[in-house]
Amino acid sequence: MSREFLMPSLGADMEAGTLVQWRVQPGSRVRRGDVVALVETEKGIIDIESFEDGVVERLSVQPGTRVPVGTALAFFEGEASAVPPAGGAQPVQVAPEPAPALAKAPGVPTMPPREPPPARALRVSPAARARASALGVDVATVQGTGPHGVITLQDVERTAASVSAPARPAAPAAPAQPAVARVGMRNAIAASMSRSKREIPHYYLQLAMDFDPAARWLETFNESRPVPERVLTAVLLIKAAALAAAEKPGFNGYFGASGFTPSASVHMGVAIALRGGGLVAPAILDADRKPLPVLMHELQDLVGRVRAGHMRSSEISSATLTVTSLGDEGTDVIYPVIYPPQVAIVGFGAVLERPWVVEGRIEVRPVLNLTLAADHRVTDGRQGAQFLARIRDWLTRPAEL
Amino acid sequence: MTDPATPAASSLESRILALLCEVAPDVDPAAVRADRDFRDQFDFDSMDLFNFAVALHRRFGIDIPERDYRNLTSLSKCAAYLQRVRPTP
Repeated sequence: MSREFLMPSLGADMEAGTLVQWRVQPGSRVRRGDVVALVETEKGIIDIESFEDGVVERLSVQPGTRVPVGTALAFFEGEASAVPPAGGAQPVQVAPEPAPALAKAPGVPTMPPREPPPARALRVSPAARARASALGVDVATVQGTGPHGVITLQDVERTAASVSAPARPAAPAAPAQPAVARVGMRNAIAASMSRSKREIPHYYLQLAMDFDPAARWLETFNESRPVPERVLTAVLLIKAAALAAAEKPGFNGYFGASGFTPSASVHMGVAIALRGGGLVAPAILDADRKPLPVLMHELQDLVGRVRAGHMRSSEISSATLTVTSLGDEGTDVIYPVIYPPQVAIVGFGAVLERPWVVEGRIEVRPVLNLTLAADHRVTDGRQGAQFLARIRDWLTRPAEL
Repeated sequence: MTDPATPAASSLESRILALLCEVAPDVDPAAVRADRDFRDQFDFDSMDLFNFAVALHRRFGIDIPERDYRNLTSLSKCAAYLQRVRPTP
């Protein structure tokens, strides 16, 4: 009896994925966390990690095939075992809705194993993919020169220029139009957010705080450090929200068929915008327990990989709570929408100079507006207010973060 | 390195542009206007600015205090800043 390795659900909005490349072959020994395959979704190409140790018996899906979530991609040797949920980090059902298309993918699981595929992985930044699509360039023909061989916008254009493309439009240098890749991502966002607004009774709270202590502390912290080791404000916000979430479990976990399941770990989803539109919110695992420089390093790595179209399955599917920030050029306040099956999202407005009352006098201070959108099936406004107040408290004592 | 359409001059600005495209591979170098703010042109965010500062620090061997980051927000401002602070050209 073999164990199946299934096309995972990388978020509540995912119905299917395209197998891009195998990173193993029959006989390969795999450890938990090893990358088994690359799968393309609306969010880009994701490294699919194994949930367990084992030996690959056979591969049942060929590269280039699009299959529904839950389809057996490969078989591992040994006894059948319970299939862990996506993400692997938590004993929590990540996708509470069984994918309707899951049951039978005609013909797919019986496909015979094939010889190992070509070694070259196609890593394509979303912008490059969009441009390739607009220019009619097959990304498989493009040589990537970006970090880790990522195919960049320039690579696509170089290829487009070098290939004589008779039917090519006259003005290829114009910015890409509503790109095909982005349409997929837009659809994924639409599905997830529509479900959120349909199913989750949101309530919203907002709390303004004097950000001066945190800003000053960070300035001093960074002054003594060389350029590459400095920490961004966003990292303080992530850490403060994670610490507060560890104290208030009603905001950290999943809502599934059997109700709310709190998570013992805080895997902080971070909403990351893509240039030209689109958004993904992969997780920084155990964010409450990592020192600021470590979080900074992980955030930097994550943003880079998101924009290069290269995320890991555990990051995509394991967030227990999400934070979103429009950055220093954003608006005063953001009213975010919860990512199902999570039950809360914390928003950070831009830090802006505003009048602030200090001991009866009006002073100019950097003011930060914290917002919370939370699931009324799980918590009430009173608990939400306490949660936001805890985040504020942590940010008021930045040295303890 | 840079787009073929850009003059192959080894000017400071084109070196900076090459660095910019290394830290943000999804930016189209041909579309970058020297005098316009990166943020207005392609959603340059605080993480981009951080990565850009790190790249400049490494390439040109200069320390860039955080308060000077505001000088790095466009190609021409950045070139002017580097000319000001670099020990010798």
